[in-house]
Amino acid sequence: MQNYNLTHLQQLESEAIFILRETAAQFERPGLLFSGGKDSIVMAHLAYKAFHPSKIPFPFVHVDTGHNFPETIQFRDKFIKNLGVQLVVGSVQDSIDQGTAVEEKGLNASRNALQSVTLLETIDNESLDACLGGGRRDEEKARAKERFFSHRDSFGQWDPKNQRPELWNLFNGRKSPGENFRVFPLSNWTEMDVWQYTKLEGIELPNLYFSHKREVFQRNGSLLAVTDFTIPQENEEVSVRNVRFRTIGDATCTGAVESDAASLDDVISEVAASRITERGARADDRRSEAAMEDRKKQGYF
Amino acid sequence: MNDTKNYLDMDLLRFTTAGSVDDGKSTLIGRLFHDTKSIFEDQLEAIERSSKQRGDENVNLALLTDGLRAEREQGITIDVAYRYFATPKRKFIIADTPGHIQYTRNMVTGASTANLALILVDARNGVIEQTKRHTFIADLLGIKHIAVCINKMDLVGYDQDKYEKILNQFTDFASRLENVTDLTFIPISALKGDNVVDRSVDMPWYKGPPLLYHLENVYVGSDFNHVDARFPVQWVIRPHSDEYHDFRGFGGRVAGGVFKKGDEVTVLPSGFSTKIKNILLADKEVEQAFHPQSVTILLEDEIDVSRGDMLVKPNNQPHVSQDLDARICWFSGTKKLVKGTKCIFRHTTKEAQAIISEIKYKVDVNTLRKNEEDLEFGMNDIGRIQIRVSQPVFHDTYRRNRNTGSFILVDPFTNETLAAGMLR
Repeated sequence: MQNYNLTHLQQLESEAIFILRETAAQFERPGLLFSGGKDSIVMAHLAYKAFHPSKIPFPFVHVDTGHNFPETIQFRDKFIKNLGVQLVVGSVQDSIDQGTAVEEKGLNASRNALQSVTLLETIDNESLDACLGGGRRDEEKARAKERFFSHRDSFGQWDPKNQRPELWNLFNGRKSPGENFRVFPLSNWTEMDVWQYTKLEGIELPNLYFSHKREVFQRNGSLLAVTDFTIPQENEEVSVRNVRFRTIGDATCTGAVESDAASLDDVISEVAASRITERGARADDRRSEAAMEDRKKQGYF
Repeated sequence: MNDTKNYLDMDLLRFTTAGSVDDGKSTLIGRLFHDTKSIFEDQLEAIERSSKQRGDENVNLALLTDGLRAEREQGITIDVAYRYFATPKRKFIIADTPGHIQYTRNMVTGASTANLALILVDARNGVIEQTKRHTFIADLLGIKHIAVCINKMDLVGYDQDKYEKILNQFTDFASRLENVTDLTFIPISALKGDNVVDRSVDMPWYKGPPLLYHLENVYVGSDFNHVDARFPVQWVIRPHSDEYHDFRGFGGRVAGGVFKKGDEVTVLPSGFSTKIKNILLADKEVEQAFHPQSVTILLEDEIDVSRGDMLVKPNNQPHVSQDLDARICWFSGTKKLVKGTKCIFRHTTKEAQAIISEIKYKVDVNTLRKNEEDLEFGMNDIGRIQIRVSQPVFHDTYRRNRNTGSFILVDPFTNETLAAGMLR
């Protein structure tokens, strides 16, 4: 008899494509949340595969904190142009200027939490009824209980205690007016799956993920890059080190790790040997035990 | 895990576990994670810190899986948690569900996508109601492989007689199961690590493999139906571009059987037949497609096909009916199921109106007795019903095909998922 086995990456790919097509079919106006990070890049690649040779039938949405590494924006613009999709940018700065979001004060002020406000405003302005996100269940323990199709009420809130059961391949995307969904096609992927798939498919990633020389300083156990938004204090010593980033987000809370991993193979070896989760370097998750759950309840990605 | 070649050859096993803290489920999962190096230092530190704060004597590994604040506050698991670990051989997805009776719906959910169920039995207590309930639900959801871990063997002096007695108890009860074809018993101590990853030195009388070896090697490849070709159309791909002016492809996930280039296919419900012109896996042409691949199928003739239609083989067609006989598990805590309840029926890529035409019986998940007197379903009730759908449904029995034999019911007003059903 013939062998009808698939490798685990082929199964994950097939599942993600199914979810992407189901999102296009069940919703009027979905959008793909694109941060320029590796998970959203992989999701975009899968969306290309799901609808080829059609164009991806929904816009990409970038919630821009204004605190970006310049490399991220350059990469984003090139990537979007190659795919030929529409880009919608929701700006946290605009939310602050309009007074709908208030900037945090203090040394460790971050616009990370404010992204929720801008995201919900963008969903409203663009009348999006589903947002595809690159979140994975292995990232964080509140995420482990997240659904593929995650319902949000008309305030954008997640109600973790009252989630719809999800069985087989049957996804219930029905909703009342004003409500919307977050959809996570990569739910079952792990960090290692994403890296290996990137290699297998030859997907290009921003240089920030690979070892480079950069001015950094220590703060609260994280290694932060010197940028316009993360300025070292007098007692914080700046040094030039070989670093890379395991996640790419808002520059104010994305920690670098010291690394010589310059190629995809090096990174894969490093991830395999790592004893710290990728979010372990993120200050936003370390604020409290339920930090992620709280942000998600308020409409975070 | 850094060997890419190896990594790309790994396959996938989805398994479900059910149970409460008492029977050592969290300890077992913690042990599997720990011994396969799937738990990270920052995670371990975080739960060590929390355990201390809570005044727990030992590191409480349940905190690893209890991700929601309410769960930690109440010390209970509310929802299905999905966990991942890998060995060089396989990647594992665990659907970890709470074992309390009120969480039947979570067990059903976790079992719906699993290839294997891991059932824990406390060696001191033997087969109890909870064991039967978990096993019954695994069987109901069509799981063919059950690994029964007889745990806490260290607390019964690694006694072979105790183990044999439980094995017999379980086998006796399992003779009533419908779907399980592989029942494997393993005496373990999750706490001490006996027969979890490494073979136990204290139980030389046990000749079988340790649990992890079993999980890595159990063969699930033949569990999928590769006989009855079924392709529910999910999304029609029409580029409307100059380059692909006449392109019309049908996107979907193969729900059963194998489709090859040149195969004759029939489109349901229209009944028109044509041949497969081409099969695309994203942007690459492939010769054939099988479950669970997501592909795009192109047909020789221009036939009207849309989402909810199904491609099948002319000489192997599914049942077509508006009246369906099903077993269901009721999920809703606010709405009761009675004869005449109207709902939305979702099956493969199709959605239709439906009405409950008859309620046959409920099953007591603890005694497995049928109850034909009380015919009102509340949350977590399981039983058998007759349902009438507003249009013909192309289906197989759940036993024959999980994908074309399963459905959910949705409330037309609140949109909540009311029930999961398996066709007979």
